[in-house]
Amino acid sequence: MKIGKIQELLGAQLLCGEEHLESEVYAACVSDMMSDVLAFVKDQGVLLTGLLNSQVIRTANMMDMVCIVIVRNKVPTEEMVSLAEDSGLVLMRSPLRAYEAAGALYLAGLGREVGDE
Amino acid sequence: MSENIRFHFDVDGENFTSAGEASVAVKKKLRQLGYPPDVIRKVSIAMYEGEINMVIHADGGTADVEVRDDEIVIVLADHGPGIPNVELAMQEGYSTARDNIRALGFGAGMGLPNMKKYTDDMVIDTEVGVGTTITMKVNL
Ligand SMILES: Nc1ncnc2c1ncn2[C@@H]1O[C@H](COP(=O)(O)OP(=O)(O)OP(=O)(O)O)[C@@H](O)[C@H]1O
Ligand SMILES: [Mg+2]
Repeated sequence: MKIGKIQELLGAQLLCGEEHLESEVYAACVSDMMSDVLAFVKDQGVLLTGLLNSQVIRTANMMDMVCIVIVRNKVPTEEMVSLAEDSGLVLMRSPLRAYEAAGALYLAGLGREVGDE
Repeated sequence: MSENIRFHFDVDGENFTSAGEASVAVKKKLRQLGYPPDVIRKVSIAMYEGEINMVIHADGGTADVEVRDDEIVIVLADHGPGIPNVELAMQEGYSTARDNIRALGFGAGMGLPNMKKYTDDMVIDTEVGVGTTITMKVNL
């Protein structure tokens, strides 16, 4: 699924990374625990989270993720936005709750296309 | 033989927001140097977990990375409280982190096992009241 499609499905506001909207991602994960993201993420390119601090961006960077969606319309810090820019990540914020956002992406086929988890 | 590439960082223990800066910088450098993505990922994850540990458990320390011909060596050294029982600390889910750390997204007790998983060699040298030095190697 293209990242631009994710933005559309989640009604999200793009905060940075417009140049990557055509990039393809194949799976996503939802977590507010960066410990778990570091320990369990494999090839999920998208992180849905309600946590707001700079470690969210660094964790996604370390895991080679490409897109972070902040849920429940929370507003990331300026530092998060500039870190995401520096790391070449897409950062967006959606009014949906994590459960709804994940459901919307799942129903649209993300994470189900190639039989991965 | 060419000189090995080395990086040195001071990891500020006062500042949770800046934790991980050293790992981000190393990842960027290794990418520029053209190392394979899987190697970079292993080094990044292991170093980042260790760097976060130094900040949340040990008031910061130093991080040194050396790129050798056949391996990348990461040394994380702190003068924190030390780890009383390394075997216990290595178990998945064991954490002494309090709720304030969990609220920041860490403290699941997954870091040390994850560092072990992503590296080819890991040695923990620790003494209670003196500090901890963790040496990790990733084969090239
Ligand atoms: N550098 C260190 N100095 C002192 N104690 C440490 C250090 N690193 C780890 N520990 C101890 O070992 C425990 C386990 O570490 P580990 O990284 O596995 O989990 P965590 O940091 O508590 O949580 P997570 O890594 O999942 O965020 C810690 O809770 C802490 O008690
Ligand atoms: Mg840890």
